[in-house]
Amino acid sequence: MNFVRVVAAAALLAFAVPASANAAAEEIKFPPQNWSFSGPFGTFDRASAQRGFQVYSEVCAACHTVKQAYYRDLKGIGLEPKEIEAIAAAVTIADIGDDGQPMERPGRPSDRFRSPFPNERAARAAYNGAYPADLSVIVKARAGGADQLYSLLVGYDKPPADMKIGDGLYYNKYFTGHQIAMPAPLSDGQVEYADGTRASVEQMSRDVTTFFAYIAEPESEVRKRLGVKVVLFLLFMTGITYAVKRRVWADVH
Amino acid sequence: MAGLHKSEISNPVLNWIDSRLPIFTMIQKEYGVFPTPRNFNYFWNFGALAMINLVIMIATGIFLAMNYTPHATMAFDSVERIMRDVNNGWLLRYVHANGASMFFIVVYIHMLRSLYYGSYKAPRELLWILGVIILLLMMATAFMGYVLPWGQMSYWGATVITNLFSAFPIVGESIVTWLWGGYSVDNATLNRFFSLHYLLPFVLVGVVFLHVAALHVTGSNNPLGIDVKTPQDTLPFHPYYTMKDSVGICVYLLVFAILVFFAPNYLGHSDNYIPANPLVTPAHIVPEWYFLPFYAILRSVPDKLGGVLLMFGSIGVLAVLPWLDTSPVRSASFRPVYRILFWVLVLACVVLGIAGGKPAEGVWVWLSRVATAYYFLHFLVILPILGKFERPLPLPESISRAVLGRDGGFGGGGGGLMPGGAVAKPMEKA
Ligand code: HEC
Ligand code: HEM
Repeated sequence: MNFVRVVAAAALLAFAVPASANAAAEEIKFPPQNWSFSGPFGTFDRASAQRGFQVYSEVCAACHTVKQAYYRDLKGIGLEPKEIEAIAAAVTIADIGDDGQPMERPGRPSDRFRSPFPNERAARAAYNGAYPADLSVIVKARAGGADQLYSLLVGYDKPPADMKIGDGLYYNKYFTGHQIAMPAPLSDGQVEYADGTRASVEQMSRDVTTFFAYIAEPESEVRKRLGVKVVLFLLFMTGITYAVKRRVWADVH
Repeated sequence: MAGLHKSEISNPVLNWIDSRLPIFTMIQKEYGVFPTPRNFNYFWNFGALAMINLVIMIATGIFLAMNYTPHATMAFDSVERIMRDVNNGWLLRYVHANGASMFFIVVYIHMLRSLYYGSYKAPRELLWILGVIILLLMMATAFMGYVLPWGQMSYWGATVITNLFSAFPIVGESIVTWLWGGYSVDNATLNRFFSLHYLLPFVLVGVVFLHVAALHVTGSNNPLGIDVKTPQDTLPFHPYYTMKDSVGICVYLLVFAILVFFAPNYLGHSDNYIPANPLVTPAHIVPEWYFLPFYAILRSVPDKLGGVLLMFGSIGVLAVLPWLDTSPVRSASFRPVYRILFWVLVLACVVLGIAGGKPAEGVWVWLSRVATAYYFLHFLVILPILGKFERPLPLPESISRAVLGRDGGFGGGGGGLMPGGAVAKPMEKA
């Protein structure tokens, strides 16, 4: 009886189950993209992520919060401390002064990304009751991950002739129900990239997705690098331990 | 000296302690020279793995708790803070979250091992029942832990599962309100779940201790399922099984590390990265993967109370299994029919696991019903009858005879050790 092999197969199957369970909830297919950061050795394309930060600051930041991120996190996409200080200082942060009165001051690297609205209710009031989601972990919060965010941003199109689009809603191929309260945020040439990259909708979407993939998992490069070391160490330990075990058992069978 | 234990430990300091509190003698007796069947295969690693897993959960959990805030408005952000700002916090959390999955993988395999080799039969019934209690405690702990990050699945999972109790007539609604500490899942619920999530693992430690204590009274079962008869049938636990367990631990850690470092969210649900929102119900509310078979059983019954009873019943039948299985033979290696039905049962559980993750419609409902029916049929009808009619294969005389009639390998699955082999030996010589 090959108990060992069948159980191994069952264990593999068990791993496949949750993936298929998630897939069931998602009818829309998002075309898979090539991301610099995918795979066990992937790293964030620094230039793309920096351009993505520019798209976020000039476009998305008008409506979306990124509450979990700090300006100092920008170090991870290759910005220098001086640049980060300048970026933070250009933002006005609401605070309480030494006199106990509300005041405004220039941002610091230790500040969280500035929110465009004081709270969720204010945001909903501005968008017909729709809420521009916090984008801190958006890439992890959608089953389709980075592909889904990218698809959403390039997915605006003319609605099919037979579809009635509600008031204040826009047609998007990749949004559940295909009607989204977010107007197409990107159009060709909307931002001007300092490095001369042409700012097509696809390019900006790709860049801003890379940026949000970083913001969702700022630890990911460190994690994977440590992971490679840990796995190599454990492979080595497995080998040694198995050899010793064979030696110990040699005399009993 | 009167009142002192006669210790054989040579180190004077340890000897002094051991004479007054013989823990070193005990360790030596229970884990050093402890006589262990010589024919274990690698499935006998999973108990040790489960124990290590429990320690890992408690260690990471305590450090998570230092940084976690159990409040409905702060829990989600505090978990993100652990991921971003706490030194190696991402490692702590990913080890803890994936550790829960590893724990269930290990314990499910451990249980399947017991089912296959008949480890639940006399004299190990109580040992097995303690195992079922461990499973229940683990489930309660994992369920409440999953609520703590206060994402959408945390919130709605808690709502769905606690609501099950409302199925009980008359007292149902009051029980639910009592569980929640209010009229919906809210801050009070989160707080008590955190408290219990911290407490139950230590209760687990206690029950695990009893589980192991009971094991050390009866001794271990083995792939042949026959009793240890002579010292030739056993090996001292150390160094043989300490080494064999070490190999298992390394492989286990390898799988664990690959999950944590390269696919930390693979077994989780993306919706749990959306903060809990009582006003927005997720399209499909699904529990963690390790609960999916039970979830499928629950949903296979059109009646809510019936579903709840069947779900709890599916674990209840395990508790009385030692008395449902009437066959005197333990190992499936010598039970030709049971051996096949065992795999049918595994298949039924896998089908339940898959169906539990799908929306409760169409073919999935029917598949869950068929699998649920088989699950209960297997335990309640087939096993009691089968033991009376099945013709078991002849059992080997002893473990040592069976093992020494065969070369090399690592203890081999019991299946390879057909008694025919032992009988055939003399004939070959002739
Ligand atoms: C004019 C305001 C506005 C701008 C600018 C804007 N958004 Fe949105 N966004 C919204 C609103 C409103 C919603 C809610 C849509 C809904 O629920 O129908 C939304 C929703 C989203 C969602 C959630 C979709 C889902 O799957 O639920 C994502 C992701 C998103 N926006 C990304 C972006 C990115 C990236 C940018 C910058 C390129 C951006 N948005 C710019 C208003 C905006
Ligand atoms: C039997 C052992 C345990 C199991 C099966 C278990 C399971 C879980 C699970 C499934 C989660 C949710 C993980 C997530 O998705 O984020 C969790 C979270 C948590 N657990 Fe445990 N746990 C155990 C022991 C402990 C112990 C002993 C402690 C404290 C001493 C603890 C403290 C926490 C804390 C603070 C969280 C919230 C942080 C987070 O969500 O990552 N756990 N647990």
